[in-house]
Amino acid sequence: MSTESDTQLDQLPLDAWHRAKGARMVPFAGYEMPVQYEGIIAEHLWTRENAGLFDVSHMGQLLFHGRGVDSALEKLLPGDLLSLADMKLKYSLLLDENGGIIDDLMATRRGDDFYVVVNGATKYADIHVFENRLPREIVVDHMKEQALLALQGPRAAEVLETRVPGVSELSFMEGRAFDAFGQPLWISRSGYTGEDGFEISVPGGAAHELAEALTKNEAVKPIGLGARDSLRLEAGLPLYGHDLSHETTPVMAGLTFAINKRRRAEGGFAGALRILAEMQNGPVQKRVGFDVAGRQPVREGAIVLDDDSNEVGRITSGGFSPSLQRPIAMGYLASPLAAVGTAVKLEARGKLFDATVAAMPFVPHHYHRKGAA
Amino acid sequence: MSLYFTKDHEWVRVEGDSATVGISDHAQEALGDIVFAEVPEAGKQVSKGQEAAVVESVKAASDVYAPVSGEVTEGNPAIADDPAIINRDPEGEGWFFKLKLANAAELDGLMDEAAYREWVKTL
Repeated sequence: MSTESDTQLDQLPLDAWHRAKGARMVPFAGYEMPVQYEGIIAEHLWTRENAGLFDVSHMGQLLFHGRGVDSALEKLLPGDLLSLADMKLKYSLLLDENGGIIDDLMATRRGDDFYVVVNGATKYADIHVFENRLPREIVVDHMKEQALLALQGPRAAEVLETRVPGVSELSFMEGRAFDAFGQPLWISRSGYTGEDGFEISVPGGAAHELAEALTKNEAVKPIGLGARDSLRLEAGLPLYGHDLSHETTPVMAGLTFAINKRRRAEGGFAGALRILAEMQNGPVQKRVGFDVAGRQPVREGAIVLDDDSNEVGRITSGGFSPSLQRPIAMGYLASPLAAVGTAVKLEARGKLFDATVAAMPFVPHHYHRKGAA
Repeated sequence: MSLYFTKDHEWVRVEGDSATVGISDHAQEALGDIVFAEVPEAGKQVSKGQEAAVVESVKAASDVYAPVSGEVTEGNPAIADDPAIINRDPEGEGWFFKLKLANAAELDGLMDEAAYREWVKTL
């Protein structure tokens, strides 16, 4: 198995800034990235109560243009892009011909173009897939010069509004172009922590000024990858390469909300045959949450056992929940056992742990939905 | 009383034939926020280099190896109840277990405090 340290790592535009802020840098997705500053638990709780600034510039920012870009993308993604309104975001999945997940992503209609944010570790492979499978008239522009910062937490809107007037008018899963700091910014109300917040696409050269300006506010601290992982796990959000892979379909992963009624009726996307059949008949396995008894975290790779010690599933993410102060996990489990409350055993490090199937999210989402009750 | 360290970042403090074992400040710093610790019970025989305790941070699980052989006389219940003690005071209140030394000669291969502090600077 190759390790990331074998290969040359890229540096983020904010590399020096992270180090000056006391970050511990680790290899991740081909970059040296900040895993923590003062400590994962403190950063996690800060984000839940205030506002955390995350550097997610490793993620791939792609711009698709060309005639019929929406219908062309619909061949690869199962989401309803044709009726996606201008400046609106949609969570979707890049699928292989078997319905396996190549990546999960966020797609936004920006005028005639689609702006798509994909995972860092998969971005080059994704671009390859898009270029090979989209018709020639669709051009994929990898916006390498753009950094991506996320400001997340209950105070994110209040903080960002002071620097970018008007931004708090955005509702969840909506974006817009702004001018601030003398720079063009693309800001969407989105993120991956379960909290209200924003993702800010900024020219790499201006990222430093933006990060400095935001962290000058006493409500904002820089937050590392470690807390990003524990926050998204509490929010029940799957992470590609762990909870999602070529081996999982959107149906197994519980992501069928990303396939709307029209696409279900019409099909016509990669893997549609298998996915539509799975939707009808039910998947063999389902992604579920687990409450783990005791204090010891159970991590990715642990095996799920039924009462008769049969292997019935596998943990794909697991750890200690800083908000709940107890271990939680996510994984795949045989569908007949996937009802909330079912007791199972987890096997890890030569030990058995009691666990029960739990509803997700573990910690409620706090998204800013306009007009929501 | 003498203090020794291993290359696996355990420390052992020896008084007569009694030894107290924990993990170094460097180890707790590298692990980050510690959320779980499991210590051996009194009466357990441990041998040098063998897994004797478990410590888990938010990020990762690690084994704590016995720096020397002997019979465990006491595990520290305080760190099982509040594992963050190990972050706060790794070389004091955050001790893992005490044992009765089986072979004092095993201490000879360990680093003294000055040598260990110098060595971790090179890591």
